[in-house]
Amino acid sequence: LARLPWLRPLLQSRWPLFGLRALALAGFIFTIAAGLLGTPVGSHNFAIIFVWIAWWTALKLVFIPIGGRSWCSICPLPLPGEWLQQGAILERRGKGPGLNLRWPKRLRGAWLQSGGFLLVGLFAAVTLTNSQVTAWVLLALFLLATGLALVFERRSFCNYLCPIGGFTGPYSQAAPLELRVIDPAVCAAHSEKLCYQNCPWGVYPLALRDNAACGLCMECLRVCSKDNIAVNLRPFGSDFGRPGRTIKLDETFLALGMLGSVLVFAAVFTGPWGSLKAAAYALGSGPWRVYALGLLLINLVILPGLFLLAVWVGKVWSGASVSLRRELGNQTQILLPLGLFAWMAFTVSFAFPKLNLVTAVVTDPFGWGWKLLGAAGSSQLISLSRFTPGLQVVLVLVGLYMAAHTAGQLVSRRENRVWRQIVPVLVFCLAFAVGLLWLLVG
Amino acid sequence: MRKEWIARFVVFLLVAIAVAVPVAGWWAHWRGPMLHARIAEAGGWMPESLSAEVGKPLHLRLTSDDVMHSFAIGQMDQPPVDVIPGQVSEATLVFDKPGKYVFYCTRWCSLSHWRMRGTIEVRGPANETAQAQQPPLYVALGLDIDAQLRAKNLPGRRPSAARGERLAGRLPEVYITQDYYRAHTPEEAWHDLRAEASLKSLDEDDLWDLVAWTWGQNATPQGLADGRDLYAVNCAACHGESGKGDGVFARATSRPAGEADMHTQPDGNGGKPPVDFTDAAHMLAASPARLQGKIIRGGMGTGMPYWGPIFTDEQIWNLVAFLSIFQFEYNMEVK
Repeated sequence: LARLPWLRPLLQSRWPLFGLRALALAGFIFTIAAGLLGTPVGSHNFAIIFVWIAWWTALKLVFIPIGGRSWCSICPLPLPGEWLQQGAILERRGKGPGLNLRWPKRLRGAWLQSGGFLLVGLFAAVTLTNSQVTAWVLLALFLLATGLALVFERRSFCNYLCPIGGFTGPYSQAAPLELRVIDPAVCAAHSEKLCYQNCPWGVYPLALRDNAACGLCMECLRVCSKDNIAVNLRPFGSDFGRPGRTIKLDETFLALGMLGSVLVFAAVFTGPWGSLKAAAYALGSGPWRVYALGLLLINLVILPGLFLLAVWVGKVWSGASVSLRRELGNQTQILLPLGLFAWMAFTVSFAFPKLNLVTAVVTDPFGWGWKLLGAAGSSQLISLSRFTPGLQVVLVLVGLYMAAHTAGQLVSRRENRVWRQIVPVLVFCLAFAVGLLWLLVG
Repeated sequence: MRKEWIARFVVFLLVAIAVAVPVAGWWAHWRGPMLHARIAEAGGWMPESLSAEVGKPLHLRLTSDDVMHSFAIGQMDQPPVDVIPGQVSEATLVFDKPGKYVFYCTRWCSLSHWRMRGTIEVRGPANETAQAQQPPLYVALGLDIDAQLRAKNLPGRRPSAARGERLAGRLPEVYITQDYYRAHTPEEAWHDLRAEASLKSLDEDDLWDLVAWTWGQNATPQGLADGRDLYAVNCAACHGESGKGDGVFARATSRPAGEADMHTQPDGNGGKPPVDFTDAAHMLAASPARLQGKIIRGGMGTGMPYWGPIFTDEQIWNLVAFLSIFQFEYNMEVK
């Protein structure tokens, strides 16, 4: 894509992405203000509708499946921290006032992100509906990202803590957009490594095997003196089942946690159980503790246990000699496309019925009776709700197909091609898909 | 370096706009006459008191911070204004005399819905033609409206005004005056009729039919319809549409002591069940003046709200007349 004459200048220049990030930062601060000062009625507060309906829908249905971590490239959270860290806002200029420490080795991996994601899940019902809580959560993330940038090097917050990053990283492997080196030999022979030095994520492009770690900021493309970085279009889901992929246990837990969370959220937000919804809202109460225990059990015990059992049965049934731990990592790849489409299906039911509120909060972001868009703001969008169930079934089935396709790729590259090895995990995926569809469309 | 400064300027400018717009809007919003509605448990109306001047329009902007509410002014003809969550409604009020007006919510928004009240202090020259207010009848009569009264003589059948009308020619006129009707209980009227020499030949149920007829003489189809509408909006939540004291809030407002909802019963005591208007012993021992007193003052310690500042005299008497429908059968169509 970087060879397209009209696109190259846009990728080469820092201004377009900087402009979007600056706008996103202003929007982020405006959202916090709306959450703190605006009406507490969630359906009429910009913070709730814009973050949890508009942005969330865009993230799940557009940014991740099409652009991978493209949201990360314009995310405003790390901007002030990076400014302090590198002493400049547009282009790295050496060292700022930060300590620039390396992130502790023990805290690396996706464990903290998995924990953060579960923590969000425990309080999701309130966070997603209470504008003040939403504002405080956004503010806390903002301060955390900025504070950590002053202590640790590069985007440590994004790499190891951001729950959204934990979500987008694994699923970005499905995206048809990738940034890769053109000729590995050129990189290997190039001693300057400007790409690595300038990468805010600490990624060496030559080492990129999948999309999970690349934030698509294009900084490597800009600084590469050999013009050896390309932005490619590729088939959807190319990273899944690719030879040489190694997935660690923390990533397995993250993938399972995201599957468990979507089940619980589907039950709470779209299910018919009023008492479950009430329990999720009543923070600190007895019913909420039961809900929290249920969420943690599903995510930490039941789903991991069933997945472990499925992998173990496959290993024993097929007589494979691979270690169980390695097989867990391998077969985690099967869960990723299913998880991505499960979240897309959930988003469709969660957000589509409320999309018409977006124009209402744009014309009156605080619920103070403003009419920024005049009469247009009160117009209703075409209701998409009637298409929702069919679309959800299609999405879950596509996810299931892609999971099976990934499993097929995993088997086909092995010498003995033992299908028995992945059948139990496919049954696990099928049971998950049926359960999710039951929750979503009844 | 020039590019860096431009970039910094852009960030500062956008952030300044993102901060300035909400803060300025917030300042203007809270400075203006905006009335926020929240369920009583969350604070009710904010602000709770407003001021206005006689003859000068008071423009109000109203919004709800939680559920659907409705804004109305007691003892005024102003139609209620829906107060919708997250949206802004407008109302313009003009007062023609000074005084303290009560505004209130007309939607059953929560268990403590009736506590959603505020006041508007209206200043200005007193109307010269205004007359000194008379005390309500229940006060003038010196009634103890908290006394527990039950009728000892009950009709064997539902008293019918239509049947009573056939006997009405034998009834002395004093019984169909408004003064008599308002000051006496149905049971007292029945006793008085039984003592009348001209009615000696009538049996007990005939006399109850005559009582029903005399009560009907003090009601009109329009008045009963108005009373029914008031009842549906303000009373049925507790007393029930059928009058049996089984409204949707009844259970919550009458939990035993110790289980009481603190929001519903701030004193911590369990409330009494709402009165059953179909209970003949209770209703036949209640004079219209007594019912007027209950409505105006409310039921002390029972969870029954006070409606004095809300309803006009005419509305209260219409409501009282409507309540008699739960005991008597009238031969008129209530539209």
